[in-house]
Amino acid sequence: MPVDVEARVISNTRLSPDYNVIALAAPEIARAAAPGQFVMVKPAQASAPLLRRPFSVFEVLRTNGRIEGLTLLSKRIGTTTNLLFNAAVGDVISCLGPLGRPFDLIDPPAEAWMVAGGVGLAPFATLAEALQSRGINVTLIYGARTSRELFYLDWFRTRGVRVLLATEDGSSGDRGRVTVPLERELQAASDRNVMVYACGPEPMLEAVAHLASRYGRPSQVSVERVMGCGLGGCYSCVIPVRNDNGGQHYVRSCIAGPVFSGEEIVWD
Amino acid sequence: MGLTDLSVKIGSLTLANPLIAASGCFGYGVEYAGVVDLSHLGGVAVKGLFLTERQGHPPERIVETPAGMLNAIGLQGIGVHRFIKEKLPELRERRATVIVNICGSTLDEYVELSRILSDAEGVAAIELNISCPNIKEGGITFGCSLHGTFDVVSAVRKVTRLPIIPKLTPNVTDVASFAKASEDAGADAVSLVNTFLAMAIDVETRRPKLSNIVGGLSGPAIRPIAVRMVYDCHRAVKIPVIGMGGIASAKDVLEFMIAGASAVQVGTANFADPFIWSKLLDGITEYLNRHHIPRVSDLTGTVDTGVHAAH
Repeated sequence: MPVDVEARVISNTRLSPDYNVIALAAPEIARAAAPGQFVMVKPAQASAPLLRRPFSVFEVLRTNGRIEGLTLLSKRIGTTTNLLFNAAVGDVISCLGPLGRPFDLIDPPAEAWMVAGGVGLAPFATLAEALQSRGINVTLIYGARTSRELFYLDWFRTRGVRVLLATEDGSSGDRGRVTVPLERELQAASDRNVMVYACGPEPMLEAVAHLASRYGRPSQVSVERVMGCGLGGCYSCVIPVRNDNGGQHYVRSCIAGPVFSGEEIVWD
Repeated sequence: MGLTDLSVKIGSLTLANPLIAASGCFGYGVEYAGVVDLSHLGGVAVKGLFLTERQGHPPERIVETPAGMLNAIGLQGIGVHRFIKEKLPELRERRATVIVNICGSTLDEYVELSRILSDAEGVAAIELNISCPNIKEGGITFGCSLHGTFDVVSAVRKVTRLPIIPKLTPNVTDVASFAKASEDAGADAVSLVNTFLAMAIDVETRRPKLSNIVGGLSGPAIRPIAVRMVYDCHRAVKIPVIGMGGIASAKDVLEFMIAGASAVQVGTANFADPFIWSKLLDGITEYLNRHHIPRVSDLTGTVDTGVHAAH
């Protein structure tokens, strides 16, 4: 059951002129959240924006093993992300969650490849931890425009996650999109059991889902659609999925997702 | 505290309190069972139902605007038969007071829907959606014509004993005349307002922000207009008026009731705060105690305009 927490800002770290990681004192949500789930947030006091915005739970914060809260990875684009970018320690953010269908976790001997584009890195910190605790080998294939927009690489590396990078300007890893290292890995791993997890812009998700499918690998993608409520009330965040009789229909990505099998989505 | 009476009457129907979840803003009610005890709401107006399933419009379906929200969902829905089979039993089990919002493309469809729902167990009232601004066929064509409104209410009246509540559009010159036409045709109450037809454009791309080009505006931005329309309708008819439009606090509920509403619906604010219901009830109770008003229904239509009766 989701709860609404008036969460104090514990810290707010600017990673770049656009990206920040904000830590919120919402231990109830952090404890209950499964990898891939999200929260709906809005500043507690401001009258605008009117509606909450969805964010993946990025990290679960622990001090001496006790869960203290969660963090959100944000890229400022609109009103809410600008407010999150500028929030001060002690400000209060209204945080509703955890919401949505999480990632399906796999069992050994399969391995997990997490494909992230930009701010789509967000769900993969908690997913990596959950998978590793099951003894799964985890690879992060992470792309951005430039190396200056690749974050938390040491966080993943120190936890034993293999990290492969791609940047559009070639400043780190492969030049181009995440599909470049992904395809090379798929070609090399023909005898291994792999689950591809992906989060990022929809064109990237489409490309990753197609690529995984072409190499006979299952995929799970986390989509982001314009969302009004997060609970299935408003029917705004719909995405078309295939149905049994060969047609398609809209489902609400807030409750049927945000994680879908890459094969069930009907891409534009 | 316990002495305060929050119940209200809508025709033959008694609601535990004046708060109704607005149609289109609360799914089929069951989606919210995890965050709110549905039996604690005055009523649950479920998402508008046609006879058959509907896909709705492609995204984008909503956009936030100043103090408001523009939507063109296009009445995506599972249709009345699946609703009765898949949703109504759970609503019944959770003791929700279910108001079923129905939409038709023709008068016959409204009649057929009303017949079907009259035979279903657990339906408290029928709200006639004759005011959705986002679909071309039906609905709004009845709601924008006095004859159309009268005809659809009369036709439904003939086939059901359930309370009938036409939901009125604000996109007319004189909404009170539509309330009157509804009353004359046998409606038990009217609810208003549905959303205001509106539009938003991305100036960089010059494209409309909604796939449907235009949509319906809700939220605090429309509240004063809705209050005025509820005031007008309350003065025009004897049947109860159910008010809505941007209600986000207990003060807003009280404002609508003082303007003339017997009950209210809350829509957009539930998106931002699904836990709003108990906060609203607490605020209403506090107000009634502070003003020594024993029954919330005593508030309806008590606005003091300074114009006193001559006798």
